[in-house]
Amino acid sequence: MIAGLQSYLLVSAILFFIGVAGVLTRKNIFIIFMSIELMLNAVNLTFISFSRFMNNLTGQAIVFLIIAVAAAEAAIGLSIVILIFKNKDSLSVDDFDVMKG
Amino acid sequence: MIDNNFLVFIPLLPLLGAILSGIFAFSHASDEEGPNNKIISFISCLAPAAAFLIASLFFLKLQSLPVDQRVLTFKAYEWIHVGNLNIDMDFLLDPLSSMMTIVITFIGTLIHIYSVGYMAKDRSFARYFSYLNLFTFSMLMLVLGKNLPIMFLGWEGVGLCSYLLIGFWFTDSEKAIAGNKAFITNRIGDFGFLLGVFLLFWSLQDANPNSLDFVSMKNSISLLSPSTITAITLLFFIGAMGKSAQIPLHVWLPDAMAGPTPVSALIHAATMVTAGIYMIVRLNFLYSLSPATLSFIETIGLITAFFAATVAITQSDIKKVLAYSTVSQLGYMFLAAGVGAYSAASFHLFTHAFFKALLFLGSGSVIHAMSEEQNIWKMGGLWSKMKITGATFLIGTLAISGIPPFAGFFSKDEILFKVWESGNIPFYIIGLITSGLTAFYMFRLFFLVFMGSNRNDDQHVVDHIHESPMSMTLPLIILAICSTIVGFLGIPHLNMFESWLEPVIGNLPKESADASHLMEYFLIIDTVIVALIGISLAYVFYIRKNSILEKIKGNQTLQKLHDFSENKWYFDELYNKLIIKPLLGFSDVFLFKFIDKNIIDGLVNGTAKFYSAMSYGVRDIQSGKVRYYAYFMLFGIIMMFVYTASKTS
Repeated sequence: MIAGLQSYLLVSAILFFIGVAGVLTRKNIFIIFMSIELMLNAVNLTFISFSRFMNNLTGQAIVFLIIAVAAAEAAIGLSIVILIFKNKDSLSVDDFDVMKG
Repeated sequence: MIDNNFLVFIPLLPLLGAILSGIFAFSHASDEEGPNNKIISFISCLAPAAAFLIASLFFLKLQSLPVDQRVLTFKAYEWIHVGNLNIDMDFLLDPLSSMMTIVITFIGTLIHIYSVGYMAKDRSFARYFSYLNLFTFSMLMLVLGKNLPIMFLGWEGVGLCSYLLIGFWFTDSEKAIAGNKAFITNRIGDFGFLLGVFLLFWSLQDANPNSLDFVSMKNSISLLSPSTITAITLLFFIGAMGKSAQIPLHVWLPDAMAGPTPVSALIHAATMVTAGIYMIVRLNFLYSLSPATLSFIETIGLITAFFAATVAITQSDIKKVLAYSTVSQLGYMFLAAGVGAYSAASFHLFTHAFFKALLFLGSGSVIHAMSEEQNIWKMGGLWSKMKITGATFLIGTLAISGIPPFAGFFSKDEILFKVWESGNIPFYIIGLITSGLTAFYMFRLFFLVFMGSNRNDDQHVVDHIHESPMSMTLPLIILAICSTIVGFLGIPHLNMFESWLEPVIGNLPKESADASHLMEYFLIIDTVIVALIGISLAYVFYIRKNSILEKIKGNQTLQKLHDFSENKWYFDELYNKLIIKPLLGFSDVFLFKFIDKNIIDGLVNGTAKFYSAMSYGVRDIQSGKVRYYAYFMLFGIIMMFVYTASKTS
């Protein structure tokens, strides 16, 4: 039996909300980071599914773009995390609050 | 025959020299040794020497032309073209600027050569020569410019170089301050000059093209009303007052002696200070139309000449005496310009350049020998040890005192004669007295330095006295020869100098009948007698018996006069009280403590306080914690969904 579009979208939505929940509830910056990646990939899955079911390659092209951006974002984000860790000696986002008003 | 294109090389070569030496100075700035002195001296002496060569060739070319065609121009490039304002990089060589270029490059070259010996042991050798070449460039731009903006370029350039060279030894704060003083005083004058240029431009706006160049200005002079001309010429004269050190802007020149002595010779005696005279002679067609300005110039010139002479009598620094004598001689030139005798003014400028450069270089040689001692009361008896310096210095002294047949006699006599001719007898008498004073203080200087016995306590310094090296004595000898002979260019009634300048300053009324000749001879004898009286007084005072000096010191009134003169008529103190102190007080109490502290700071801090107060209460939302922001975002997104859902359903 071939799964329909709805089940793909459902998986994608579940993945996305796991990501959102992770970003909102966890304090460890690495976990937050991973949750963001999860959200990105949930979106990717949506694109791919629509692309597959609507016979349109544009969605797949965008997915490649998102993967590239995500890779770059991961590289920069991780280096920033390392620098912050060096300065603050902590991985908890609650400690990073120098930008408060 | 030399092509007009080469005109541009006269200023360009010194500029190249300045750039090259400047590069050397920069690239070796941190070295212990400094760049190779030989290369620097070769480059920087060659530049003005080559310029002198070109200037001489142009002089010959000019001479070969018929009198009414003696104007050579060269347009290097278009500079400013806006509306009907057309200013080009134009050079103009006519008899006047030819005379000036020759004086500048000739004396400039000699002083460069002299400096090689004088500055030999200085670490900043390259920087010094770079400035000196830059100065030569600026001065040549000033005299070769065909229009006022180029002249102004040179005018500012010499001011800048003067500042750089006075403060050459800038680690000594006194010298750095002297440099500032010169620059600021000159700025006041330059401001007047600039306003004059603006006013001239504004009143000539109907002229087409409005190029501010001397030739077209001469033709459109009818567009100006007499009162405008008076205003313009007065403003220009303020500039001349600053640059040529006339009362009340003379204060910088004596302080300018803080620079190296060859600089004093080049800038503060022979060339830069004559810029004011040059400008007036160049613009004589304007000045002649304004009798009010002329009489003002005449008065200022006379007061300055007399004032400076009285001050020079009591100074004890060898360079200060010479500085005040320069101020005094410049006063004479303005006196001549004021009575309309532009040729006499230029002639005195010409002869003065030679003998004053000679005197300054001679004093440099003396200072060098005396281990940097400048107080004439600690000198004496140098004649036997420094024959060349002594003899050349004596020639310079005779020349400035107006003893025939030396150069100063002819020029000063011509000035006094023209003043007499103008009918202003009181001015003539004061001028004559000043000439006597000149002879007195110059021979006072000569006797104290070269005659008698040495009064220095330091035996080591006395033993060290020696004649200067060849590179220093050679320029002295050449200048001494010139100071002896150049006067003959202006022998009365056969005046080659005057006829040479005639195309620039126009036809002068031919001298009247023989009666005035007789008068002239009488006046000549007059001046010589006054000068001789001055010399003999100096002899009596400083050689025969010093007891007269003691008596003067005993007398209260004379002592007061002496102090008045020694303190330069309290000009510096007066300026301090009237201008500097109130200005500082105003700046401190009003500008700083009120305007700056209350209003400016109040505005700046008030802005910050205003926004700080505005944001009270809202500020806490920005906690800096990323997760809270994410919650806000989520909330916002949900609200957007809710809103759109409620709209569509």
